[in-house]
Amino acid sequence: MLFTHTAKTALNGLKTNRSRSALTILGIVIGITAIILVVSVGQGAQDLILGQIQALGSKTIVVLPGREPSGPTDPSIVDSLFSDSLKERELKALQNKSNAPYVKNIMPIIFGTDSGVYEGETFRLTILGVSELASEIFDLTPKEGNFFTAEDVKGRTDVAVIGSKVKDELFGASDAVGERIKIKGRNFRVIGVLPSKGQVSFFNFDETVLVPYTTAQTYVFGIKHFNRLVVEAESEDKIDQTVSDIEITLRNLHGITDPKKDDFFIETQADIAERVSTVTNILTLFLATIAAISLLVGGIGIMNIMLVSVTERTREIGLRKAVGATEKNILMQFLLEAVFLTVTGGIIGVILGALLSFAVAIVLSQFVGLSWTFNFPFLAAFLGFVVSALVGLVFGLYPAREASKKSPIEALRYE
Amino acid sequence: MALLDCRNLEKVYVNDGLATPALGGVSFKAESGEFVAIMGPSGSGKSTLLHILGFLDAPTGGEYFFDGKTDQDYSAEDIAHTRNKKMGFVFQAFNLLSRTTVLENVKLPLLYSGRKESEWDELARKAVEDVGLIHRIEHEPSQLSGGEKQRVAIARALVNEPQIIFADEPTGNLDSKSGQVIMEILQKLNEEKGHTILLITHETYTAEHAQRIITMKDGMIESDRKVDHRFKADHFKK
Repeated sequence: MLFTHTAKTALNGLKTNRSRSALTILGIVIGITAIILVVSVGQGAQDLILGQIQALGSKTIVVLPGREPSGPTDPSIVDSLFSDSLKERELKALQNKSNAPYVKNIMPIIFGTDSGVYEGETFRLTILGVSELASEIFDLTPKEGNFFTAEDVKGRTDVAVIGSKVKDELFGASDAVGERIKIKGRNFRVIGVLPSKGQVSFFNFDETVLVPYTTAQTYVFGIKHFNRLVVEAESEDKIDQTVSDIEITLRNLHGITDPKKDDFFIETQADIAERVSTVTNILTLFLATIAAISLLVGGIGIMNIMLVSVTERTREIGLRKAVGATEKNILMQFLLEAVFLTVTGGIIGVILGALLSFAVAIVLSQFVGLSWTFNFPFLAAFLGFVVSALVGLVFGLYPAREASKKSPIEALRYE
Repeated sequence: MALLDCRNLEKVYVNDGLATPALGGVSFKAESGEFVAIMGPSGSGKSTLLHILGFLDAPTGGEYFFDGKTDQDYSAEDIAHTRNKKMGFVFQAFNLLSRTTVLENVKLPLLYSGRKESEWDELARKAVEDVGLIHRIEHEPSQLSGGEKQRVAIARALVNEPQIIFADEPTGNLDSKSGQVIMEILQKLNEEKGHTILLITHETYTAEHAQRIITMKDGMIESDRKVDHRFKADHFKK
């Protein structure tokens, strides 16, 4: 009862100084807006990246050559680029059902960049050597022509399936299927054109030319090893089993007894997703922390204005005390004023932050073409709310105490 | 038992190590229902005395009993409650809240009274009626004359039905006609409703509305007399 009246009194106090109140909460508004925006956009980015990783299929396991890098500065990153520990022999061993019974598909990948030429047009493209299984594993169905077959892989034929951007750059509007593009001095017959896919996991298929891995090994890169082995397990619950099957098989093959000396390492989609989440979460937290600093600045602004207000209203405080207000009553009144200020700022900030991140989502999905989804960060909104109330409490406490300690006589004498 | 009982009250203000005596041993009693005026030139200590009587300040010597108790018997919170329930204050400078209607201003002491909110409106209206301002009840102080403002302040002092009203130079900021109306109201409250009133003034004319005049000089009581020819106001007409 007294609370509702104190609340009304506090609101009236703010209303009489509308523009000052509005300016005072600006710091809080900016702080909360920034936090909501950062968290929402961070969540969107994470969803986008995770979505791309998931597009590769949750049953997929990737085997990489070399030692697993312990961090971004570990020199073994370079090792893994040049290591030749995965070759035809390892592929054969893993294809053997008695070694890895739950492997459904296994496909080697080699990749590199080179330029492709067609009638004087040159385009820098990613060359991806894969098997016919890529069509299934990466869900690639040409919109024109066909994918290459197991026979093409076996026979090292010079055929290529090209991404949509490669097609646009080299052929423009004219037909590509049946034409030949020159890579490393060798003519490849275009047999298929892929629809636009955007980024999928590590690859942007739009800028890629897919060729049989055998052809790529022999005629394009001149190597005998693979850069990756992509393994598809029969089902998701067989992933752990398959990972350990692969490890045992490859260690046996390479005569490794100490797992620390592995010359290969394995990534599951879950591992990658987890690592990406960690990175984006840290980034989001970092940015949100910076945004939180503006809350601190906003809080100091609130404290400043509340102190001015307390001095201005010395008479009012004195009168209230003379007619029976206790120190607690006065403290509550001014504390509530500060909390009203900051919570109002918090609400405006949450709304503004949501609108801005919605605008970002629209721009990114409509104009940039990313499959971006708008996330309203309920937790961040709730926290923003709580934090703005806390800022009011913390920074309002000192001015409110000053107000409550005023002596009624001094206050009434004040002119 | 006397409502107010002062025994040798002293008050010394210490400012930067310099002691300024304001009260030098003041003793008097006032009974419930009395209308007492305290007179004296400025600097005579009458305002200091009022602050002590209203529990707004504490004496540095002597004892003051209000309704049988000294301020030592109360916690800070109890003192606030006593001011709220048993005392009403009227100030020279009115001290109304600006941008707040007459009704809301009069309600102010009720906020801290612990009374039910449903009673507030009725009590405040009744107090406004008692000072003859019911037609101004939704107005704000800036729309009122000085005399009307002081009548609102009196209504505010009345609203909790206190045992005593302390009026500190209530006519000091008013022209003589408005001042007259204020004095009539105070007199009526004393005579018809039995309110105890303690008035502070420096004008003999104003003081003579009271039943008893205590004159102060240099922090001491110079005289304490009954008013023989009490200024009897016609009860105010609207």
